Amino acid sequence: MSVKYLHELIALAESQHVSIGELILAVEQEQTGRTRSEIMEQMEKQFTVMESSAQKGVHEPVYSRSGLTGGDAYLVKKYIEQGRTFVNPSTLRAMSYALSVSEVNAGMGCIVATPTAGSAGILPGVLVSVLDSGKYKREDIVSSLLTAAAVGLVIANSASIAGATGGCQAEVGSATAMAAAALVEIGGGSPQQVGHAVGLALKNSLGLVCDPVAGLVEIPCIIRNGLHAITALAAADMALAGVKSVIPPDEVIQVMRTIGQEMPLSLRETGIGGLASTPTGIRLRESIFGKST
Amino acid sequence: MKYNSVFDIIGPIMVGPSSSHTAGAVRIGNIARQVLGEPPTEVTFQLMGSFAETYRGHGTDLALLAGVLGLTTESEQVPKANKLATEVGLAYMFSQVNLGYYHPNTVSVILRGCTKTAQLIASSLGGGKVEVQELDELPVKFSGEKSTLILYHVDQKGFISMISRRLEAEGYNIARLSLERWSRGGTAITVCEVDEELTDAFLQTLTTTIPILHDVRVVKTL
Repeated sequence: MSVKYLHELIALAESQHVSIGELILAVEQEQTGRTRSEIMEQMEKQFTVMESSAQKGVHEPVYSRSGLTGGDAYLVKKYIEQGRTFVNPSTLRAMSYALSVSEVNAGMGCIVATPTAGSAGILPGVLVSVLDSGKYKREDIVSSLLTAAAVGLVIANSASIAGATGGCQAEVGSATAMAAAALVEIGGGSPQQVGHAVGLALKNSLGLVCDPVAGLVEIPCIIRNGLHAITALAAADMALAGVKSVIPPDEVIQVMRTIGQEMPLSLRETGIGGLASTPTGIRLRESIFGKST
Repeated sequence: MKYNSVFDIIGPIMVGPSSSHTAGAVRIGNIARQVLGEPPTEVTFQLMGSFAETYRGHGTDLALLAGVLGLTTESEQVPKANKLATEVGLAYMFSQVNLGYYHPNTVSVILRGCTKTAQLIASSLGGGKVEVQELDELPVKFSGEKSTLILYHVDQKGFISMISRRLEAEGYNIARLSLERWSRGGTAITVCEVDEELTDAFLQTLTTTIPILHDVRVVKTL
């Protein structure tokens, strides 16, 4: 089967009384000829890399190669320790983990693209914080990556996961939807609720442009990963509470594609428009690459 | 071009900062290296679109070079590929061009070794997934995700059916197939992706028993 529509996955999962993750695992086995344990072993390896990139910037400040950004994950962690946060500390920890992954990425360190490197902070951010809570088994968290993957496959095959094609909504938006879906599955939600979480999360990212300062995956990418980790947690809670996405998730994905196509080139990972075109954005670009560019 | 595997989405494991501009670029360079089939001595990269605008910030230049040097997406050596290239005597050049109507992340790679040259145009589609658009100026497409057989041959009646019989006899399943030629009876390239791993013995048999087959390469990205 080609993984292109969420409603098909939801219907199949319901009729077979399995989770969306289980369903996509069967597809992967059939497509690759690999066994269930081989696939899960590789998924475990991906999660281990995700974990170490999430922890690294929290334990010590990590800076980017350009020197423009870094150390924010560490700042947030220190702030949480002071005990005066508005947002629940465990939620803020998800944010600091997400920031850490994105900081490691900007430093050309090792990360897992989920679905892309520019949006790699969100999924590990929320999952490592959920693991921290001690309420869920590690293997269930690793399994939830399959659900996230199923959602990512649908979006990649129906729309896009590339900022150069669809803007930041295609990267950070997709990652947020994937993370929300994984959380709903961990939280015991139904396949329908997984779908609604995707719809809700993605709707909140529609129109987000890809406007990196100096073309670097730093400003605003790192911050967006941090804040969208919180959005993913909130979207999962909304879906588990029974809130529905009135526009069906597949239609939201389709319209994300259309919006991406309507975005001007300057706002699709060219480092020309948006924040990249602000006086400070231009100054930073010149400070790194000189005036000729 | 479809995303099939869960690891297209949860992966690759890679050094940052961009899956399309870094990991995808490593893969494109790596494919070019495998197509060349010998150590490269000289390489020219022509970048277009988003690649051209942002390649320095994303480390796309280092990533392409790393791939040409035979490194993979998760190699910690990627950030110092320029130093490695100098060490092994690989001359490299980057330029920005308009290659025409392609995906925004597209690059032309012209690679020379001591005895061979290879030229390809490839696009990085997102999340580290790549696709070759042109090989030696012929429009053949492949991704390198599966074992990919590249056959350089003379255009002749029955070539495809003979190759597919040979593949079938050895238990290979063809996942994707294309043939392009310059002229009838002229130079042609057939690209064939198969589900199974190609063995050296099989390749050896092909080259020794098919006179119109000039050359064979196998490409497989990691």
